[in-house]
Amino acid sequence: MNPLSVLIGKAVRRVSRMRGGGSALPGLVVERLDPGFMARALSDLEHGVVVVSGTNGKTTTTKMVVELLQGQGLTVFTNRTGSNFTRGVAAALLGEVDWRGRLRADIAVLELDEAHAVHFVNLVPPRYALLLNVLRDQLDRFGEIDTTTRLLEQIAAKTTDTLILNREDPRVAGIAATAHTASVRYFGLDASLRSTFPNDDEMRGTVGATAPSSLEADVVLAAVAGNSADFLIDGTSVHTDLRLRGVYNIFNAAAALATARAVVGSTASTDELIASLATVEPAFGRGESLTIDGLPLELVLVKNPSGFRLGLTSFDPAGCATMIAINDNYADGRDMSWLWDVDFASLGLGGVGMVSGVRAYDMALRLAYDDVTVGAVDPEIPVALKTFITGAAQRPKRIFCTYTAMLAVRRELSKITTVEVVS
Amino acid sequence: MSPTPETSADQAGSKGSISILQLYPREMNIYGDWGNTLVLAKRLAWHGYTPEVLEHNAGDAFPAGVDILVGGGGQDSGQLVIQQDLQTLASQLRELAEDGTPMLLICGLYQLFGRFFRTQDGTVIPGISVLDLETHGGSERLIGNVVSTSTEFGEIHGYENHSGQTYLGAGVAPLGTVTKGAGNNSRDGHEGARYRNVVASYLHGSLLPKNPAIADFLIRTAVERRYGTFHPGHIDDSLASLARQHAAARPR
Repeated sequence: MNPLSVLIGKAVRRVSRMRGGGSALPGLVVERLDPGFMARALSDLEHGVVVVSGTNGKTTTTKMVVELLQGQGLTVFTNRTGSNFTRGVAAALLGEVDWRGRLRADIAVLELDEAHAVHFVNLVPPRYALLLNVLRDQLDRFGEIDTTTRLLEQIAAKTTDTLILNREDPRVAGIAATAHTASVRYFGLDASLRSTFPNDDEMRGTVGATAPSSLEADVVLAAVAGNSADFLIDGTSVHTDLRLRGVYNIFNAAAALATARAVVGSTASTDELIASLATVEPAFGRGESLTIDGLPLELVLVKNPSGFRLGLTSFDPAGCATMIAINDNYADGRDMSWLWDVDFASLGLGGVGMVSGVRAYDMALRLAYDDVTVGAVDPEIPVALKTFITGAAQRPKRIFCTYTAMLAVRRELSKITTVEVVS
Repeated sequence: MSPTPETSADQAGSKGSISILQLYPREMNIYGDWGNTLVLAKRLAWHGYTPEVLEHNAGDAFPAGVDILVGGGGQDSGQLVIQQDLQTLASQLRELAEDGTPMLLICGLYQLFGRFFRTQDGTVIPGISVLDLETHGGSERLIGNVVSTSTEFGEIHGYENHSGQTYLGAGVAPLGTVTKGAGNNSRDGHEGARYRNVVASYLHGSLLPKNPAIADFLIRTAVERRYGTFHPGHIDDSLASLARQHAAARPR
C-alpha cells in the first residue's frame, strides 16, 4: 500500500490530461515511484486478468470483450486509450483506483502490445490470454515474425486458466503445443472465408495454400454480409446485425465471443452475448465515423500490410473521397517497406485526393507504381486535411492513417467537429 | 492479389520483351521486396518494353532465357526451406552471373549468394558462391534508415534490418559507403556488393522505388544484352526525388 505514489500519480495524470498530453507520463511516474503498484491493484480481482495481444485488432477486440462481459453484469477495468504499453495500463489504473490503490472491478481486460505483454505477464500472470494473429508489423522493433511468435508463447506460458487462440493463423495455433498450464480453445473461420484473411505466409504466392485446420473451434465466423454476420457458437448457428465496420472486426468478434464464453463459463447465454455484441461501436480510429458538414468522415487505422489490405477490402471506395496519411514515428514503424506489400489497385478508379504525413512522398510513389492518381501531396497533416475537406465538400470522406497520423488527424478534426476524447 | 504487371503492359508498339525472374516469392519476400519486381516491371513498360514476370519456387524447373533475376530477404525459417533448392541451382546461377545477367539480391539472398553464413552457434550454412563474401551471425541487430554513396549510382536510400555481418572478399566491390546506418557489418562502413552486373544489398525500402538509378541500370543492361541497344523512354522521377529528400531527413 502506498497512498503517496497513488496520489502523486493521480495528480500527474490530471495535469497531463489538462495539457492534452498522452497517458505515458503518469504511468511512468507511478512505475518509478512504486514498481509494485500495478501488480497489487490487479491481483485481487475475482475473475482475474484477460490479456489481449497479437498484431492486428487488439483495440477493437478488447472493446468487444469488455462490452460482452459488462453485458454479463461484470464490472470491467480496461485500458481503453489504445495505449497498449505497460505504463499505459498503469496510467489507466491511476484513473480508477481509490486513494489506497485498490481497484473496484471484477475483472481486467487489457490490450497489450506483444513485447510489453511479456513484461506485463511476468508481473501479473493473466488468467486468460486471447492471442489474435502474428503478422508482419513493426519488424524494425521485433526483427522477425517468428520472434513475435516467441513473445506470444511467453504470454501463453504465464497464462493460468485458458488460452483463446486463432485457429486460422498457423503461428498462433502452434502456440497451443508450447503451453502446458492453461487449457486451449479456438476461434476460427468457415472455409469459405479463409481466402479473405491471408496469413503472413500467403502475402505473395497462392492465397489459401495452407491446409484448413482440423481443430475444433468454440466460435466460428460462418458468413459475413455487409454489417451482418453468422456465427457458429458451440455448434449452434446465430445471425446478428453489427455496428462494427470491416470484415476483420467481425472476425475478431468471434475471438471476443470465445473469450467471454471462457470467462463466464457454461452459464453464458448466447442470446445475451449476441445482444451485447450487436451494440458495440467501432473503437476510435478503427472505422470510426465522424461528421463533417453533415457527411460522414471515416478514420481507418492502418499499421501493417495485412491491416491495410483488409481496410481496403472492407471499405468500398466508390463515391468516397480518399486521403492517406503515413507517418514513420516509432509507434508507426520506421520502415516504409510495408507499403510495398499492399496492393492499392482498388483505389485506382477514384484515385486518392490527398496524401499526407511525414512519409507522404513514399506513399505517393507507391501509388504511382499502382497507377493510382493522386490529387495532391502535402506532408503537413493540418494543411493537407483542410485542403482535402474543402476539395471534397459534397462527398463522404475516408482517411487511412498510421497511428500517430491518426492522432494528428483527430486533433485537427476536433477543432471543426465532435471527436470523442479518449485518454 | 494484383494481376501480374505484364498483363497491363501495352503490347502494341513494344520495343521488345524482357523477363524478370523473382526467386522464392513466398519464402524470400519480407519487408516488401516484391516492390523491386514491381518497379522493374513498371519501368520497363514506361520505357516502352514489355515486362514478363516469372517466379521460381522451390521444386520448380528453372526457366531458360531469364533477363533479370531478383531475390529478396526472408526469415531464418524461410531460408531453411529454400536452402536445398538453391543449392541445386548453384552452378546455373553462377554461370548466369559470370555471363553478365543483371541481378538484384537483397538481404537473405544477398547472404546466400555468398560463400557461407556461419550462425552464432557455429553452424555453417553453405552459400552458392556467386559472390566472394561471407556472413557471420551476430548478436546485434542492425536496424534503421541507411544512406550510402556510390560512384556509380549516387546516394542510395533504404532501410536495413539484419543480424548477419557480411564481409566482402577481394572478388567483389562494395555497392556503396554508408553515411548513415551500419551497412554490411558494424565495422568497415561498406554497404552491399557489386560484381559484374550483380547488385547486392541489405537495403529494403523497397530498394528500387527510391533508387531508380539502380533500377534503370538493371533494365538498361538487360535490354542491351538482349537487343543490343537501349532506347529509354522519359520517366518523371520527381516523386522518387522528393521521397529520397524526406527519407534522408529522418532519424536513423
